[in-house]
Amino acid sequence: MHEMSIAQSLVDILKEEMVKHDARVLKSVRLHIGQLSAIVPEALSFCFQVITEGTEMEGAQLHMEIIPLKGICKSCHNDFEIEDYAFECPHCKGTDIETVAGQDLAIVEMEVD
Amino acid sequence: MKISVVKNILEANDRIAQENRAIFDQKGLTVFNLMSSPGAGKTSLLEKTIDALKDQVKLGVIEGDIQSSQDAERIAQKGIPVVQINTGGACHLDGNMIRDTFKEFNFDDLDLLVVENVGNLVCPAEFKVGEDFKAMILSVTEGEDKPTKYPLMFHESKVLIINKIDLLPYLDVSLETIKKEALKVNPHLTIFEVSCKTGQGLDAWYDWLKEQVKTGRPA
Ligand SMILES: Nc1nc2c(ncn2[C@@H]2O[C@H](COP(=O)(O)OP(=O)(O)OP(=O)(O)O)[C@@H](O)[C@H]2O)c(=O)[nH]1
Ligand SMILES: [Mg+2]
Ligand SMILES: [Zn+2]
Repeated sequence: MHEMSIAQSLVDILKEEMVKHDARVLKSVRLHIGQLSAIVPEALSFCFQVITEGTEMEGAQLHMEIIPLKGICKSCHNDFEIEDYAFECPHCKGTDIETVAGQDLAIVEMEVD
Repeated sequence: MKISVVKNILEANDRIAQENRAIFDQKGLTVFNLMSSPGAGKTSLLEKTIDALKDQVKLGVIEGDIQSSQDAERIAQKGIPVVQINTGGACHLDGNMIRDTFKEFNFDDLDLLVVENVGNLVCPAEFKVGEDFKAMILSVTEGEDKPTKYPLMFHESKVLIINKIDLLPYLDVSLETIKKEALKVNPHLTIFEVSCKTGQGLDAWYDWLKEQVKTGRPA
């Protein structure tokens, strides 16, 4: 259960952004959760709720979108969706694959007042 | 008001890990992050590795556990500098915890620092600590399906040590299947098949590890 640490990092970033934009209330946050990242969205939601209780972020909605794994084959430049975590190019069977999406945990947007 | 902020949530930890890494590099220290589920054999592998390499490589160890200092005591018996981190509940080590141990070591006196992470197949893979590479252990008793169920750790590791092969005769698992599943998730994995009980396969691991050490002194 590392969602608590993740939620804490998330809250730290949100706090900083709210100060920067002179915001008083956090209404919602949009997150991109890479398919490869080991996050359970429900657990993250729960931890976020616990940490933000009684703060200016209490009650904010977390919208989480799971981003599918995508790779580019360095041999034939084919880009493709990585299915079943198989890091092999379906076109040339190459295994030098650069992951271009689906690994990160990112904040993409927040709505404040 | 909508604000677009494209920010990696783990940015703060990644930054600290990078700072740690810069210090290790400056000291010519090789660091690896050793991960596995609880009881796969991390401390056992370290004990064996220390016995085999301590005349050739100056080793130090950071032990991460939720509680207790038993693993650090096992390592300390070998006469190796070791620091125990108790995470007090957290299921992984992070860059900050590692940085807090620096004052306990004399890095000028070390070639290789091993970070034994908290036993957990999920969380530690997500948090960099400043390591040169990640190493993981899977014991054969854990089954063949683990790479697909816990892909991140297999994907992030440079080396996979399959441990407890002495138990294979008692199990319905195939080494070939484990290797095939692991290589699917990470085709670049270097794999060793070992038993920390009988010592089988460990020589190949020691040789490989010695090659990874930047400042390894010749024997
Ligand atoms: N049969 C057999 N047992 C082993 C082997 N390697 C380790 N063990 C046993 O497995 C148990 C756990 O080993 P540890 O080295 O403590 O495992 P660990 O990964 O450090 O455990 P945690 O730090 O608690 O997560 C011990 O009882 C070891 O003696 C092996 O190759 N074969
Ligand atoms: Mg241990
Ligand atoms: Zn290709």
